Amino acid sequence: MDDQLSRVFSALADPIRRDLVVRLTTADATVGELAAPHNVSLQAISKHLKVLEGSGLVTRSRDAQRRPVHLEAEVFDLMTKWIERYREQAESRYRRLDSVLADLADEESSRKKAT
Amino acid sequence: MRTLEATIEAVPDLPLIRISREFDATPDQVQRAHTDPELFARWIGPDSRTTVIEVWDARTGGAWRYTNTNCDGDVQTFFGSFHLVRPGRMTQTFTWGGMPDGVSLETVTFEALPGGRTRLSATSLVDSIEGRDAILRSGMDLGMREGYAKLDALLADGR
Repeated sequence: MDDQLSRVFSALADPIRRDLVVRLTTADATVGELAAPHNVSLQAISKHLKVLEGSGLVTRSRDAQRRPVHLEAEVFDLMTKWIERYREQAESRYRRLDSVLADLADEESSRKKAT
Repeated sequence: MRTLEATIEAVPDLPLIRISREFDATPDQVQRAHTDPELFARWIGPDSRTTVIEVWDARTGGAWRYTNTNCDGDVQTFFGSFHLVRPGRMTQTFTWGGMPDGVSLETVTFEALPGGRTRLSATSLVDSIEGRDAILRSGMDLGMREGYAKLDALLADGR
């Protein structure tokens, strides 16, 4: 395992930092926005963000006043994993559709029997 | 040979996602599960969420809107229009309420296969690569929690 990958793994070994990353998958966010759902201080969140920054997982823009935190998703090459996860979600959705269609077939055959 | 699992294609430099899947039902039945609100609400899921259809007019030019609520009361809204609905083909716009400026164009085709089966092909055309990636990333939330719970255990064992 190379150093960056182990930094990423250990950065993600903490549940709060994982929550921060999950939150950042939706959109960039400020430290305040990231801290809001957590019962910890802004300072604690900043510390966690430093660890995430150290791993290269997130960056913070220098220019903007809000200095939003940005997820550098490519760092751990999540694209393939995202796609697979998305596919798995679609597959589980279609398995539910399979069972709806099976019910539908049952309903139709019992209606045919009734008439 | 039946394709048991959904296949996916995401062209890296195009804002496109394609999914294909076969079903043991006729094209008419599979399409009805997309146009009948009662049937649709039963499978669109996910399992952990309750789907409530709020607006539903599955005709060309009609509109749709539904909400998805989990046990914590977190509500997600999705809405769009039925741009085209005809036997074998539907085109809809799709927007997630959390990103109201983002819109994707979803085309689903229902193709008859031998033995009364159907091949469903769904193409999502998103308005930007970033939007496409956001959609793909949205699938990560649950999986990440599960995946990293395993990683936690692994790290706890190893150290």
